[in-house]
Amino acid sequence: MENENQARLCIRNFIDDNMNLMDEDVDLQDSDNIFEKGFVSSLFAMRLLNFIEKEFAVEVRDEDIILSNFCSVDAIICLVKRLKGD
Amino acid sequence: MNDDYQKSILTKAKEYAETVIRPQAGEFDRNEFLPREIIDGMASLGLLGAPIPEKYGGLGLDPLHYGALTEIIGKACCSTRALLTVHTSLVSETLVKLATPAQRERYLPYLAKGVKLGCFALSEPDAGSNASSIKTQYEKKGNVFILNGRKKWITFGALADIYLVIAAEAGVGTEIEKRKTSAFIVERTMPGIEIKPMSGLLGSRAAHLAEIIFNNVEVPEENVLGNLGEGISFVANTALFYGRYSIAWGGVAIGQASLEEMVNYARTREQFGQKIGKFQLVQGIIADAVTQVHAGRALCIKAGELFLADDDQAVMETNIAKYFTSKMACKVASDAIQVFGGNGCLDQYPVERLFRESKILEIIEGTSQIQQVLIANYGMRKYRKR
Repeated sequence: MENENQARLCIRNFIDDNMNLMDEDVDLQDSDNIFEKGFVSSLFAMRLLNFIEKEFAVEVRDEDIILSNFCSVDAIICLVKRLKGD
Repeated sequence: MNDDYQKSILTKAKEYAETVIRPQAGEFDRNEFLPREIIDGMASLGLLGAPIPEKYGGLGLDPLHYGALTEIIGKACCSTRALLTVHTSLVSETLVKLATPAQRERYLPYLAKGVKLGCFALSEPDAGSNASSIKTQYEKKGNVFILNGRKKWITFGALADIYLVIAAEAGVGTEIEKRKTSAFIVERTMPGIEIKPMSGLLGSRAAHLAEIIFNNVEVPEENVLGNLGEGISFVANTALFYGRYSIAWGGVAIGQASLEEMVNYARTREQFGQKIGKFQLVQGIIADAVTQVHAGRALCIKAGELFLADDDQAVMETNIAKYFTSKMACKVASDAIQVFGGNGCLDQYPVERLFRESKILEIIEGTSQIQQVLIANYGMRKYRKR
């Protein structure tokens, strides 16, 4: 991945724009499990999948379509790196 | 996909819908039965596989043309449109997206041609909006999964050959919402399946709704759809996205049908010595209906364009379209009855049926209240001052 920091920011912004919460003080950390912390519902998982495939021009393999690969910014970065062969 | 080719499919579908389906829709509703000839007729035109890629035997319509097809069929008969929603959108499109190559090869050619019918089995007697509270359970034994439980409100469940079933893992913890859920492709011929057709419904009366009971049904492990534990997060949510897109267009269909009925009635019915369409209060109803139907269709087209572009925003715009058009259909169908007056309350006129059918759309594929929660959450973030 050419610019990991930029990728992290892009994912963070996407999640932030779609969080369920009204509390502006919530500070999303890259290691936060967004589903367990209630930042988003599982309904968001499918949108994340579409977003990642399009944004990073990757095709998520069938076996990788599991919530744990999408549960945090760190997990998503790890998945994208793997799919890009980094 | 060539636009002319797609339009030619819509032309054929419209002719079939208007000359064969629509004249019989009232009878289907009264008999609570969509005849096999209609399903076969839809299949012979390839419509049951309309958005399925050609390599699997479908027509390969893009989302915008498929939406238009849904409106054409829905305008003619809501129960026939329900077949598209369930068989084509919820089941077949989900298999295209999430099935393994072997599962696609095994099921899609039959589904696309309508040789086999599919249905989506998520709802249960005690699990509606809270899908994660499903009680139907699966348990792994050797290389099969044993399914036990009861599904309810399953559209075309009485007729379908293939069920897309969402179930929860058995015996893991006591908090039902925290159990893992998985999706299974279940075949009607598997031993232990009991089907109880449902009747006495407000709408979708001809859509072969049923309860499906699973008594120790053995499902081979190769019939798991998606990954184990992802039954709701990815499979059900994907299916419901396709289903909501279809329902959104179904709302436009009811709105358009109701509008046409009220316009034609207002142009012929006379009171106080003139056509009722000349009264400005009736014109006000018609103006509102035209505006609402056009607005609903515009929302569906926007969702369809995003869907076509594979844009993640398609999900939220589809929720918005579904929420709007289902409410719009209720309003326009109700107004159509108002224009018809006493005649609108008789089942000899289609507006009575359209009124009943419209309410169903506010309940299925996520109630209006669930859509409001989703849309409000989205709006509260998107439109906040930063």
